[in-house]
Amino acid sequence: MNAPVVIERPGPATPKTAGAPGGAHREVHARPEDFKQRSHESVNDPHLRSSFRGAMDFLIERRAVHFSDLVAFETLRKLGEQVRQHALSKLPELLDQLEAKLTELGVHVHWAETPEDANRIFLDIAQRHEAKLMVKGKSMVSEEIELNHVMADHGIECLETDMGEYILQLDGDRPSHIIMPAIHKTKQDVAEIFHEHIAGAPLTDDVNELIGIGRKALREKFGAAKIGVSGVNFMVAETGSIVLVENEGNGRLCTSVPDVHIAITGLEKVIDKLEHVVPLYALLPKSATGQAVTTYLNVITGPRREGERDGPREMHLVLLDNGRTQAYREERFRATLQCIRCGACMNHCPVYTRVGGLSYGTTYPGPIGSIISPHLVGLKSTRDLPTASSLCGACGEVCPVKIPIPEMLMKLREAGRHSITQSMTPPTQALVGQGEVRAISEAMAWRGWRVLYSHAFLYRLFAWFAPRLRWLTPAWQGGWTKSRTPLKPAPKSLRDMMADRDKRRR
Amino acid sequence: MGVTVHFPRNQTCCGQPAYTTGFPEEARKVAAAQLDLFPEDWPIIVPSGSCGGMLKHHWPKLFKDDAVLQAKADSLAERTVEFTDYVVNVLGLQLPAGGKPTKVALHTSCSARREMGTLDIGRAALGRLPGVELVIHDHESECCGFGGTFSVKHPDISSAMASDKLESIRKTGCDALVSADCGCLLNLNGSLAKRRDTLRGEHIATFIRSRMDASTEGTA
Repeated sequence: MNAPVVIERPGPATPKTAGAPGGAHREVHARPEDFKQRSHESVNDPHLRSSFRGAMDFLIERRAVHFSDLVAFETLRKLGEQVRQHALSKLPELLDQLEAKLTELGVHVHWAETPEDANRIFLDIAQRHEAKLMVKGKSMVSEEIELNHVMADHGIECLETDMGEYILQLDGDRPSHIIMPAIHKTKQDVAEIFHEHIAGAPLTDDVNELIGIGRKALREKFGAAKIGVSGVNFMVAETGSIVLVENEGNGRLCTSVPDVHIAITGLEKVIDKLEHVVPLYALLPKSATGQAVTTYLNVITGPRREGERDGPREMHLVLLDNGRTQAYREERFRATLQCIRCGACMNHCPVYTRVGGLSYGTTYPGPIGSIISPHLVGLKSTRDLPTASSLCGACGEVCPVKIPIPEMLMKLREAGRHSITQSMTPPTQALVGQGEVRAISEAMAWRGWRVLYSHAFLYRLFAWFAPRLRWLTPAWQGGWTKSRTPLKPAPKSLRDMMADRDKRRR
Repeated sequence: MGVTVHFPRNQTCCGQPAYTTGFPEEARKVAAAQLDLFPEDWPIIVPSGSCGGMLKHHWPKLFKDDAVLQAKADSLAERTVEFTDYVVNVLGLQLPAGGKPTKVALHTSCSARREMGTLDIGRAALGRLPGVELVIHDHESECCGFGGTFSVKHPDISSAMASDKLESIRKTGCDALVSADCGCLLNLNGSLAKRRDTLRGEHIATFIRSRMDASTEGTA
């Protein structure tokens, strides 16, 4: 789902200095391995801090208006959870049903195990049609496979038509939010980007004028493109329909003007029945942008039929796995796939709010990204993502389909630190990167901790010595003392005080 | 208040640090060593909300493969009550009128607020203390940045959260800061001390106690 980009948010209007995170005119190479470095830079960037805080507060308030009745919200989200859990409980059957239905409707269904497979499918279709230009509506899965870059390598322009994504594409930047991809850009940034990249665009920071400039530049491209690309919000097994939720109308143009429509999505997006769209749609825009409904809700059931005057003549659906079956296979991680990509968990996350989306170095940032990315790219490169949470629970509380995100984070921490044989309750198969985050020092520290805390005699000895030896406390205690004074045992322990009390009473 | 407090000396830790860091087996062993320490059918009062949440909601999950230990953990979980909850809802705390006017900011631990409902209870407790005015700080429900090992693994982010939290608390002009969670207090007080701020967070039990002492002195 895309969002109205015309959100004027608070925050300083001064242009960023080059080199700052999210700064203009930079090709951003995303690597989750760099999370610590990038988050360090981000928290020390006052501009980024205040603009993200302002934007997230704005979104939180807009959402809260719709869910002020917490009991009603709970009822609705339980229904949303049911719809998604039900679909996942019979995922293989539903996918078979969906494929049969789509084939009957004349839609070509393609299965892609990896991003490379998916790109090859796109390339084949494009080459068959001798297409040099594709217009694309907002799709995070196309980001996941880096479609634009791969097509460009083969001389095919894949143009973003979602305004936020278009701004980023012009600037060579990446999305920092799954719903509001350009939320890290100010209107001044956008003014400069348009002025530099769109011929004849005047330098203005009037938001309506900017949107007008962008829309005009894009409008000419829809008719010129042979292929239109879109994402998918929900796929309905019962009817073979593809549901697309959007605000700008570019999604409708991409899926109806060009001769060929290629939709791409993750294979978990299937739902059983058309009526199941109702609760999910009641949850999605409210959770995402705080809108009761979006401007457009497209339900696409097959290509142009005989006698019809518009719509694509050829339609394809690319279903991507890319690690999703791992999350599906392991019951403890299956809820990850319930996600409907609303982004509410990001908006409410105190960590995301401070580091911004680009710090994560993954397609999906924020809490949901931290539980999905380890399945997509492995536990090792994403080692710092599941730990980048205070487990405050804000994400789980607002999730419209009740994904227990904090619990998933803990389970991923465990999976990274324990091989199958070391696990208390091992998964059915090793995850990609299972146990590869284990550091001997950390494992030994917890073992020592366990020995001390599970033997009352040892612990009482420790608790007797600690207050008496508190002068030995080191002044430097790693990350803790960065902004805090050292942790010191109390001058008198609670158990000493309780012992004194018992003596007095005797 | 007519309550006898028993303190089983062999208790150690609820195991939450290991549990949330991805070492549930270590947490399980520590929890298992304490399952027999509370045999009487008495409430188990936990003076730190997130530890209470650990006992109440997570200990039972640790013993799914052992029915006997599970039964013990379930019994403990059922009897676990957060300190403020007990003082307000069981003991019916109410101090006589006439306490010194004090503006208080309340910080609730995230896990305790979500697992133990401590926001309403904490506010209710402060409401029973005459003279105490609760001041609501900006982004009140936001985490203070502690998160156990998160504070050490991601010190930059954790520090930024703590610093924002303290700034909004300071903006209220409060005279006191109280919390019912020891982890948050470690973080907030360590940060306050490092900033050379004179404010210190107090445990809500300490705060209630000082109000009780003041009110008895007043009436004596």
